[in-house]
Amino acid sequence: MHDLHTGQWVWLIPVLPLVGALLHAGLGARVIAALGDKRGRWLVGAVATGLVLASFAVSCVVLSDLVVNGGEHRRALAGLGPGGSTPDWIRMGGLHLRFEALVDPLSMLMCLIVTGVGGLIHLYATGYMATDRDYPRFFTYFNLFIFMMLVLVLGSSAALMFVGWEGVGLCSYLLISFWFEDPENAKAGNKAFIVNRIGDVGFLLGMMTVFSIFGTLNFRTADGTGFLDLAEHGRTAAAALTVGSATLISLLFFVGACGKSAQFPLYIWLPDAMAGPTPVSALIHAATMVTAGVVMVTRLSPIFAQAPSAMMVVAAIGLFTAVLAAGVAAVQNDIKKVLAYSTVSQLGYMFLGCGVGAFAAGMFHVTTHAFFKALLFLGAGSVIHAMSGEQDMRKMGGLSGRIRVTHATMVAGWLAIAGIPVFAGFWSKDLILNSALGAPLYGVLLYAVGVGTALLTAFYMTRLMAKAFWTPQRFVEPHGDTGHGGDDSHGHGHGHGGVHESPRSMTVPLIVLAALSVVGGLVGTPWANAFERFLEPSIASPSLIVPHEGMPAATGLLAGALVAALGVGAGLYAYRTKGKSGFLADERTRKSNPLFVGATNLWYVDGILSRIFIGGGGRFADRVWRWADRTLIDGAVNAVAWTTGAVAEVVRRTQSGYLRSYAVTMLVGAAVVVAWVLGGSVRP
Amino acid sequence: MLTDHLLSALIFLPLVGALALLALFPAAPEAAAHGAESDPHAGPSMPGGRAAAIRLFALVVSLATFALSCVLLARFQMKAGYQFLESADWLPMFGAKYTVGIDGISVLLVALTTFLSVLAIGYSFTVTKRIKEYMVFLLILESAMLGVFCALDLILFYVFWEAVLIPMYFLIGIWGHERRTYAAVKFFLYTFAGSVLMLVGLVAVIRLVGSSDLSALSIPGSELNDKLQGFPAQSLMWIYASFALAFMVKVPMFPFHTWLPDAHVEAPTAGSVILAGVMLKMGVYGFMRICLPMFPQQAMQSSGLFIALAVIGIIYGAVVAAVQPDMKKLVAYSSVSHLGYVMLGVFSFTHLGMMGALLQSINHGVSTGMLFFLVGCLYDRRHTREITAFGGLKRSVPALSFFFLVAMLSSVALPLTNGFVGEFAILQGSYLSKTAGPVWTAVAAVGAILSAVYMLWLFQRVFAGPLSKEENRAMPDLSLREKLVLVPLVVLVFWFGVAVTPWVRYMEPTITAPKLVRPKAAPIEYIALPGMDGVRR
Repeated sequence: MHDLHTGQWVWLIPVLPLVGALLHAGLGARVIAALGDKRGRWLVGAVATGLVLASFAVSCVVLSDLVVNGGEHRRALAGLGPGGSTPDWIRMGGLHLRFEALVDPLSMLMCLIVTGVGGLIHLYATGYMATDRDYPRFFTYFNLFIFMMLVLVLGSSAALMFVGWEGVGLCSYLLISFWFEDPENAKAGNKAFIVNRIGDVGFLLGMMTVFSIFGTLNFRTADGTGFLDLAEHGRTAAAALTVGSATLISLLFFVGACGKSAQFPLYIWLPDAMAGPTPVSALIHAATMVTAGVVMVTRLSPIFAQAPSAMMVVAAIGLFTAVLAAGVAAVQNDIKKVLAYSTVSQLGYMFLGCGVGAFAAGMFHVTTHAFFKALLFLGAGSVIHAMSGEQDMRKMGGLSGRIRVTHATMVAGWLAIAGIPVFAGFWSKDLILNSALGAPLYGVLLYAVGVGTALLTAFYMTRLMAKAFWTPQRFVEPHGDTGHGGDDSHGHGHGHGGVHESPRSMTVPLIVLAALSVVGGLVGTPWANAFERFLEPSIASPSLIVPHEGMPAATGLLAGALVAALGVGAGLYAYRTKGKSGFLADERTRKSNPLFVGATNLWYVDGILSRIFIGGGGRFADRVWRWADRTLIDGAVNAVAWTTGAVAEVVRRTQSGYLRSYAVTMLVGAAVVVAWVLGGSVRP
Repeated sequence: MLTDHLLSALIFLPLVGALALLALFPAAPEAAAHGAESDPHAGPSMPGGRAAAIRLFALVVSLATFALSCVLLARFQMKAGYQFLESADWLPMFGAKYTVGIDGISVLLVALTTFLSVLAIGYSFTVTKRIKEYMVFLLILESAMLGVFCALDLILFYVFWEAVLIPMYFLIGIWGHERRTYAAVKFFLYTFAGSVLMLVGLVAVIRLVGSSDLSALSIPGSELNDKLQGFPAQSLMWIYASFALAFMVKVPMFPFHTWLPDAHVEAPTAGSVILAGVMLKMGVYGFMRICLPMFPQQAMQSSGLFIALAVIGIIYGAVVAAVQPDMKKLVAYSSVSHLGYVMLGVFSFTHLGMMGALLQSINHGVSTGMLFFLVGCLYDRRHTREITAFGGLKRSVPALSFFFLVAMLSSVALPLTNGFVGEFAILQGSYLSKTAGPVWTAVAAVGAILSAVYMLWLFQRVFAGPLSKEENRAMPDLSLREKLVLVPLVVLVFWFGVAVTPWVRYMEPTITAPKLVRPKAAPIEYIALPGMDGVRR
């Protein structure tokens, strides 16, 4: 552990957005009332965006300090209390938790992503939400989310990470159901929170297991007694770390990761989460929160690395989810739903990387994915904005010439996610796949399925682009004035002007993210992988696990490029030749294809789970209440009461006073029982 | 003088206040009761002014009591053992003394009692029916509850325990809702049955050891306590069972919980708040003050049963809460679930679990108290508690929905709220415990999912969706007085959630120093981790 010069600044990183949230909650509405709608909204938006960007600036400074002065391990602890102090949170019975940050490459990387991409999305949101009546409430939640996410990535203990973990879940819930007047949105919010809670219980039990084995919840401490310090040396509080303990801990935490990062079977909440405003989908449900599971697994990599069977589960679940979700993404017609399932699928890739020991590759994909998926979501938002709230791709087409900036930037995102060379996704996806091939025993299988999914990814993203932009126009031009700027409202049934490009506040973030999607992967090329070297101190040491390359880097890259080209080419060809209607096949062909039917029904996972837990659970609960509580227990009590009543009836005839009869019954009964008890006991 | 008799002053101040109310405001003519419908524009008409004076007087009395309890908190020394002890001869023929005192287990419960009493009285300003009697009963209730937490003589404890029932019975029976008589009788019979059982145990203990001195009996290793342990285990088990049953009814633990939903639903708002906030904790307190220290071996032997019932209560209460059509009933069943956590912590026999249980007792008072106040606010506005009568209220009453959101988050134990700290300590304690262990803990943790299910669903149905009903559209938001009642609770939600350590200091020495469950009784392998007791490897 080294002391950073900027250690006393670290607390500002999460606190600045928190201040924003409190300001908007307390004063936002009043500011808008006082300054007038236009200037008031401008101020609220500026404060919200400005504070996140300020937090980004502090993160940059701290990061540079860490790189320069962090020493070999590039690791430092910093207080999260005011002025860099370290206040106690919980101190009881051997449990000692403090508000403290673990500053290391992993946490700082995530800080940059969260505040950087987050800042851009805040800027975008000032345009997208410009006329929403609950503008201050939106930025309250949005800033609060940034705060919670930063607590998640910075927390120096598993418990503090859990604060952020549930905190981002809360913000996600609040933002999904932001337009609460539609009961469907409120339901989607509930679903997200509750499914996440299932994962959270896994996290909670994992934490408890860690505490019972290691006697601490701190990740790392100055004296090397944090549980990751201990685990790295194969130790626990008192003995050696067994494979069984490591496996149990890893699997419990992975349940948590499955909830937050939408892995099978807990992915069912994420597509519904698209009910929230599009900036929310971009920030929370694509770029940051949903990657928390990958961050957590990477953080705990010293333990995961010592649990081979748990690693196998991580890789298998990740890959299975990747395939499953890519299949669904290929048949969705809602532009946001395609991207949602695509996110689930890409998260699966990240877990595949972690599962084969390539934690750095997983985190690399987290990073590049944050760029291109945020870009794609924001682009989709811009499309929806242009289409006056329309999200169905069947009613789009021919947009490429009409919203040029959106189109051009989305092309960058499309090429990045498809894995076309030099774009960001190409490098990160290749690293994961090549490591998967190198995995012992089942490497070839992982690679084959992974490549198949990559092919499908390139195809469905081409499909999205073709349907939205390149196929002939399939909508009737709306009436009304065209070409007005950012003062229109969104999404919610407001019919307004014709197809139009978005305001500057929305296109600038698109352009920045597009640039990052083009060049962002160059920090992690196989020949000069600065990214992996940077992250090294935060992940399991090579003595515990080393990912193997399955084939020479150049061959791998070439294979990846070919697959991407094939997928993109197939998509382009298919939609160039048959896509006039926007459909590749007629309805009969589609309905007779079991794969298509399965994919459109989301592989029945959601339906089955809802039927069991929501339908069945509700009936079960109702029956328990009516039968057990009312009939059985109350019945027994009423029977006693009835008997008492009957007895009382007799007693009443001998006694006149109601109260007195109680007293007498009580005393007689008491005396009898006392005598009975004491009869057997007054012989010491 | 006050310093010597601080506890007595605290206990009896509300009672004196109640008597003063009776003396200062003698029975008024019928018109007065009618005129209590105080109209602010009607000027200082005699009846309205009278009701206002009664309210204010009761509020001042409760505030003074609260102030005394703050003095108590300030002067409390962070160490084990009883403090502020007072003792005087009382009933020499039974050998009973008037002994009061507090330690780390009771001090926060005393503070919670005075705190919630202020809020309950402050909230009840809208009550118009027989306002004087209402306030008198609330004040008597406060005295009796404080007496329970302070009494250190078994007979005195029993007297206060019983005394609690009477004002609560009348509060439900007179100011309750439609089925109030049924609920009041059910409440009375249930808890009275428990009390009689306790009387049996009590008499048996006094006969056996020849003293009712709880201040000695409750200290493991004291002469009296050792004497008690010398009696045959079988008879001690019977006596233990009689106490335990009484406390189980009060907590209430599954399957003795069915009085609770009825009592809660029919009670007036302040009654529900006191009932859930304080009275249920009397049962928890009984376990910690009497059952565990006096009958350690019996508690250990029966721990399997209690942990099973606690975990069943957690799940059962949550499952049943989810399908309630009545908001108040939902909150009542959620109490069954939350108290299940508390009892799990108690019977984990670990320091963490027990401290968590005590913390959660306070937290539950705060969060459930808040929920009952808010349901009361909704009832005052719409005169219904049916969930389906509401919907979309976020738009019409934003402040109310904000407070409800905070209460909900505390109730589902979101980190940085008080609920998380208590629940986590309980679960961690039970995980480490020899008596509960990881499997029971895992089952109990499912309650965290279920609590999200019933609370979020409730919130959705009441506050989200379209504002379709005309009555809801015109609903007034929280008044200043209602906000003043709720804000202190919000402060506590976050205070306990963010910086709980100062509060833990009150209880930690008591819980950790004298072992409530002694090694002799607990065949547990001890581990060398600091501050942990009863932890298995």
